[in-house]
Amino acid sequence: MLKIFSRFFGGFFRRKSNIKIGFYGPPNAGKTSLANLICKDWTGEEIGSVSEIPHETREVQFKEKVEIEHKGKKLSLKIVDTPGIATKIDYEDFLRYGLAKQEAKRRAKEATQGIIEAIKWLDDMDAVIVVLDASENPYSQVNITIIGNLLARKIPVLIAANKIDLRKADVKKIEAAFPEYDVVGISARKSTNMDEFYDALFKLTKKV
Amino acid sequence: MGKSNKFKGFSLHIMPFSEIREYTITERVKKILSLVLGNKIVILQGRLRPEEEIRLIEDTMAMVDHIKTFKGIELAVVEPNGGEAGFFLRMRRGIAHSLTGESNSLTVIGPASIVKEIKKDPSKIEVFLG
Repeated sequence: MLKIFSRFFGGFFRRKSNIKIGFYGPPNAGKTSLANLICKDWTGEEIGSVSEIPHETREVQFKEKVEIEHKGKKLSLKIVDTPGIATKIDYEDFLRYGLAKQEAKRRAKEATQGIIEAIKWLDDMDAVIVVLDASENPYSQVNITIIGNLLARKIPVLIAANKIDLRKADVKKIEAAFPEYDVVGISARKSTNMDEFYDALFKLTKKV
Repeated sequence: MGKSNKFKGFSLHIMPFSEIREYTITERVKKILSLVLGNKIVILQGRLRPEEEIRLIEDTMAMVDHIKTFKGIELAVVEPNGGEAGFFLRMRRGIAHSLTGESNSLTVIGPASIVKEIKKDPSKIEVFLG
C-alpha cells in the first residue's frame, strides 16, 4: 500500500518538478544550439559545443534543474540533448570539412554509437522537442521515423522549425507536414521568436 | 577495388510481407539487414512499424560500427497515391495498418553506398539491371 502511495505521489511530483525534455532530430538541425540558448538563458552555462560539421554531438548530454520563468509561470526541466539520428554514416563525408582521415573515422565511429544511445533514451522522455532545419525538406524518412515512434509511444511533441533566418526556410511546409503538432519557427543562432517558443514549451509540458 | 566495382553484386530482392509476418522484431530486422549486407536492395511489400524502423536504424549503426565497408542504409516508404499532401494522415494510417501487416505501401531499404552511387550516376542502374 505504502509502495503504491509513494509511486503515485512520487510520479506526480517528478512530473511537475523535473520534466525530462529530449531534443531529437536529424544531424545539423540545431538541437544543441537551441538547448544551449535555453541553458545559457536560465543557468548561465551551455550544454555542449556546436559545429557546422555534422554529428558534433556524439553523446547524450544533460542539464539538470533548468528553472524557466516565463510570463509569471515557472518550470523545472531536465534537458536531454541527443545526437542527430541518421540511417548512414560515412567518414568520407567528414573529409569535405577538412578533417584528417583518422579524425573523420573516429568521428564516424563515435557518431554511430551516439545514434544508438539517442534511440535507447527515447523511452525515458516525458516530452520531446523535435528540432528540424526549416530550410530542408521535412518529408525525410528519419523525421517520419522519429515522429512515428514518439506518436506510437504517446510522448508529447513540439516541433521547433529552426534556422528561420535562412532565405530558404519554410515553416509552412513543416506545418503542412505535421498538422497535428504545434510547430514554432525559431532561429536558435539569432535567438529569434523565443517568446513564442517558450509559450509552446509551457503548453507542451502541460501534456506530460 | 574501384568505386564502380561496389555495384557488381547489386540486385533487387522483392519481399512479400507474408515472408516476415510471423517474425519477431529482432528476426525481421536481422533478415532485412542480412540481405542489405549482401548488397541487395530490399523492396518490402508493406511497411515496418515505427519501433521496427527505429530498431533497424539502431542495428544498422551497430553494423556500421563493426563492418568496415558498411556505411549504413537508405530507407524510404513509398505510399500509393504518393505526393506529400496528407502525409501525416497517411503516416497514421500506415502505423495502424502496419500493426496487422496490411498496407499498400512499399518499403525500400538498400545499402547507402549503392544508393549514393545511383544518385551520382542514375544511368548505372540501367547497366546493372539490364
